[in-house]
Amino acid sequence: MGEPGTKEILSLAELEAAGSFRTGRKHILSILVENKPGVLTRITGLFARRGFNIDTLAVGPTDDETISRITLTLDGAVQSIDQVTKQLHKLINVLKIRDLEPTETMARELALFKISSDGGNRAEVMQVCEIFRAKIVDVSKRTLVAEVTGTQEKIDAFERLVRPFGLVEMARTGEIAIARGRSET
Amino acid sequence: MRAVDALMECLKAEGVEVVFGLPGGANLPTYDAFHDAGIRHILVRHEAGGGHAAEGYAKATGRVGVALGTSGPGATNLVTPICDAMMDSVPVVFLTGQVRTELLGTDGFQEADTIGITMPIVKHSMLIQHPLELPRAIHEAFHIARTGRPGPVVVDIPTDLSRADIPYEPITDVHLPGYQPTTDGNHKQIRLAAKALANASRPVIYAGGGSVSAAEELVEFATSDRLPVTCTVMGLGAFPGTHPQWLGMLGMHGTRTANYAIDEADLIVAIGARFDDRVTAKLSEFAPHAKFVHIDVDPAEISKNVPAHIPIVGYAKKILPKLTAEYRALEPDAKRLDEWWHRIESWRERHPLTFTDSTDAEIKPQYMVQALYEATQGDAVVCSDVGQHQMWAAQHYHFGRPRQWINSGGLGTMGFGLPAAMGAKVGRPEEMVVCITGDGSFQMNTQELATCAQNGIDVKVFIMNNGYLGMVRQWQELFWDRRYSHVDTGQYPDFVKLAEAYGATGMRFTDKHTLVEDMRQALATEGPVVADVRVAAEENVYPMIAPGQAARDMVG
Ligand SMILES: Cc1ncc(C[n+]2csc(CCOP(=O)(O)OP(=O)(O)O)c2C)c(N)n1
Ligand SMILES: [Mg+2]
Repeated sequence: MGEPGTKEILSLAELEAAGSFRTGRKHILSILVENKPGVLTRITGLFARRGFNIDTLAVGPTDDETISRITLTLDGAVQSIDQVTKQLHKLINVLKIRDLEPTETMARELALFKISSDGGNRAEVMQVCEIFRAKIVDVSKRTLVAEVTGTQEKIDAFERLVRPFGLVEMARTGEIAIARGRSET
Repeated sequence: MRAVDALMECLKAEGVEVVFGLPGGANLPTYDAFHDAGIRHILVRHEAGGGHAAEGYAKATGRVGVALGTSGPGATNLVTPICDAMMDSVPVVFLTGQVRTELLGTDGFQEADTIGITMPIVKHSMLIQHPLELPRAIHEAFHIARTGRPGPVVVDIPTDLSRADIPYEPITDVHLPGYQPTTDGNHKQIRLAAKALANASRPVIYAGGGSVSAAEELVEFATSDRLPVTCTVMGLGAFPGTHPQWLGMLGMHGTRTANYAIDEADLIVAIGARFDDRVTAKLSEFAPHAKFVHIDVDPAEISKNVPAHIPIVGYAKKILPKLTAEYRALEPDAKRLDEWWHRIESWRERHPLTFTDSTDAEIKPQYMVQALYEATQGDAVVCSDVGQHQMWAAQHYHFGRPRQWINSGGLGTMGFGLPAAMGAKVGRPEEMVVCITGDGSFQMNTQELATCAQNGIDVKVFIMNNGYLGMVRQWQELFWDRRYSHVDTGQYPDFVKLAEAYGATGMRFTDKHTLVEDMRQALATEGPVVADVRVAAEENVYPMIAPGQAARDMVG
């Protein structure tokens, strides 16, 4: 690609190609941080600044009230995951980072779906919900709200199935995760 | 006592002898506390000057610098020095005033979100939320600034909290669970590196800013055999510029010898260096035959730009002696380097740093640096600004010891030179401190001449006056068909009069034949001196790796 400072003209295609070499698997990072103001901003700011992309983000307390857990999922970016974790480690308030192995990790997400459902398709919608063990948590004349928990893939699948009925809106928490077995996350 | 008095106690406990700052509404309490604190405060004329002075102090002494500003504009004026300190890993603690807590977030008078604004450019920052937190925060700030990879730390102190009455207990333990830099270096890795080096037939040591604090160890390591050494612009002085194993500076305006050696090396030992694009040039063609040993205290630097074969994380100061011992123990065959030195010598002979001198009295900028080297007997602490003069100074002043060369490398901040020189002189009063600057750069923090005059800070400023924003002019000449656009600074201002107005001595030098003597006179003059040295206007810095090119294609 053209060098900065030279008069060479850059094509937009070149620019885009240079920015898009992200491939590889999904990563779930479990990050323990000191529960202090501004910590989340530091983390998200670092991602933006270094050109890393966050797919989902969930923050919550841990069993220790001075410590919070941030669960982040990243798309691919295999070439730079190492850089991501090293840079994160440099933040003073970050205590511990684990790049969770998918096969050794329990990951769950919660989602709420508001689905168009008048009398005509209600039975069918409820059937899909049942298959996915989704709970109906609100019903109105025209819509119902279903609550689903599970892996990201399961929620994606549920979304695909209910979309044709008319998806009014959807809210997802982003995944949280914990390592299987005895090892600490 | 008031929280601000506790603050002073903390500063003293940290060994702070001097701070640079400028007061305002939000740090009135702090300034009141200076009355009885017994800490020297130097009133600067612009907070950026104070910030760079604190950097200059830190770079010259190796200690933590301290700069103060009030809230809002005081803090935003510090942004450039903070970023500069981040890029060059300079340990500085910035103490900013903040509006009182009940006004936070309300756009109060002189409120700026200092923590938010500076977040991407600090090693760490803290907003004080309770007066009792202040002492610990100060000690944490110094600890973080000074250890690991050094850097700037901002402590933002709301004015109401700083007046609060608190019980003060000295703090001796700082415990940061999320901050434990690796310092010692993994022994297995060190042994591996020694082996690789003993097997290498074309090794080069590539030393960056991180090696300045391990200069003695670096010399010991390099001379344990005949290992060739080059430094980045940040590392100059870490290895003596007069040593037979010295190849000259590396990178865009480095010597051909250094760049060619890297290009043909089979093993590169990078020490406290970060493979910046001004060093690697075209990354895909950087050192194509080399394996890399990378010693750095910041694990995130390892394999960031160039994959390291043998990474060693820790302080160079701790690692190098072990590496030297391991290497010696292998009793490497010194003869294996003969051929390599042959090649290096031939480059040296064919491509020395040269320039075409004028045939009349005109002063060539390269000669100006040589004259300064002569007039100062190579012994001055040289603080530089940013531009062509910086590169010529780096090339032609042969730095013999660490902390003798102080410049803004990573951020390339025009306006750094004078305040940095001021800070360096305050930190090392026994040294001769000179500032090489440009007619453009000097004007970005000239106001600090007043600080120098008022406090008798004896810096000697040599303006390489080419009437241009020269480095930009050079790029327009070489890469933009000489279509000069807004690089001509004309004859303004009259630097001699300007110096005099500030209470400094002004001089003007125009004749190369008397230049060394003129400079000696400037150096012998008491108090701050500004010498306006008129040099050839359109000289270019060579050699050069043109943008997008590889080291072996250097021009000029
Ligand atoms: C604050 C800032 N603004 C702009 C630049 C871009 N820049 C780099 S070198 C340079 C010219 C500097 O001119 P001068 O100080 O006269 O030095 P010379 O190159 O002529 O020796 C400029 C404008 C910069 N480095 N810093
Ligand atoms: Mg100039």
